[in-house]
Amino acid sequence: MSVEQKIRSYILENFLFTNDESELNSEDSFLEKGVLDSTGILEVIYFLEDNFGIKVDDEEMVPENLDSVNNIVKFVAAKSQAA
Amino acid sequence: MSTLKDGVLDLDYEKEADRICEFLRDTLRTKLKRRGLVVAVSGGIDSTCSAALAVRALGKNKVFCLRLPEQDSTKETGDRSQILVNHLGVKYETMNIAQTLDAIGCYQWRDNAIKKLFPSYNNTWKSKIVLKGGLEGKYNHFILIVQTPEGELLEKRLPLEEYLTIVAATNYKQRIRKTVEYFHADRLNYAVIGTPNRLEYDQGFFVKNGDGSADVKPIAHLYKTQVYAMARYLGVPDEVCDAVPTTDTYSLSQGQDEFYFALPYQQMDYALWAFNHEIPAEELSQYLGISENQGKMIYQDIRNKRRTTTYLHAKPYLVDAIKI
Repeated sequence: MSVEQKIRSYILENFLFTNDESELNSEDSFLEKGVLDSTGILEVIYFLEDNFGIKVDDEEMVPENLDSVNNIVKFVAAKSQAA
Repeated sequence: MSTLKDGVLDLDYEKEADRICEFLRDTLRTKLKRRGLVVAVSGGIDSTCSAALAVRALGKNKVFCLRLPEQDSTKETGDRSQILVNHLGVKYETMNIAQTLDAIGCYQWRDNAIKKLFPSYNNTWKSKIVLKGGLEGKYNHFILIVQTPEGELLEKRLPLEEYLTIVAATNYKQRIRKTVEYFHADRLNYAVIGTPNRLEYDQGFFVKNGDGSADVKPIAHLYKTQVYAMARYLGVPDEVCDAVPTTDTYSLSQGQDEFYFALPYQQMDYALWAFNHEIPAEELSQYLGISENQGKMIYQDIRNKRRTTTYLHAKPYLVDAIKI
């Protein structure tokens, strides 16, 4: 399963309670769509740290890194490369 | 089009006090059908102002106050609530809820969560949690700060599980207090006053089924600046009016701005007023003397908090609407 698929499945199952892929576009803003609030973002960070072996630093907790599936995929790729 | 300037929060306090008092009497008489009001007084300005308004509306014999300190309450807040009940001349009861909180596991759950981050932590240390992120364009998240018995301050970002557990445990405080308030309201056939100001109500700074629970909220439309001014108009002693707002919930001193709001209340009032009156972020930034970017972040933070805390205001959702 690709990183994108893993993240999409996690969001769909845990926040939207569905496996219907059409419920979430990878470019959708989580906050604007009302998919996640700031506590939900903390859950996503926990998921990323647990599943991808990365550590999300304070200064990295910004929408550019975490507010959509696409943003997270780019962020995880950059973190994994830097490690 | 409104303009942001000094004085936009000014009110005719005599007229406003009359309006609120009439509202309280009318609500008790026509909607709640209760014969008086219970007010828990923390020593802070909001409950102080609410209690003073209740006495103005109904007279001191129809208002019952509660002082409900616990293990982490400061002597100063206790002193202030004592000054207030003496000043108002109301009947009151003092009940230390620390034993109840201890029995229900409040302190143990909280301390166990703190120990996961600081294994040496024990009851000789102090702690608090502090909100970070909103003003810098980051997601809001909490930092745990502890103080060792030697006075050394240590801090760590709170992971999800520990953050949720510490907040859930400390929410017991507001919920136990509300249980006591409703016991006395039932016993006396009174209604319970909720004491949020406009900032707290709008931004969801309350505990659901805790301090958020009440029959009537007489100052929820007043900005905090206005609550202070109203309390002074009502003749509340200076010792109470001069107090700096704190949460009085954590053992380390914690300002409301570092716990929840992006700015001190004086500035936050203007920010929320400006937001509500569709003042551009640039104009707010100029008025407050902050960067344009910070002004935008404050507006974003206001929007985020409204969104995140919508459920705190919500009644339970039903499958079908039921007409009662």
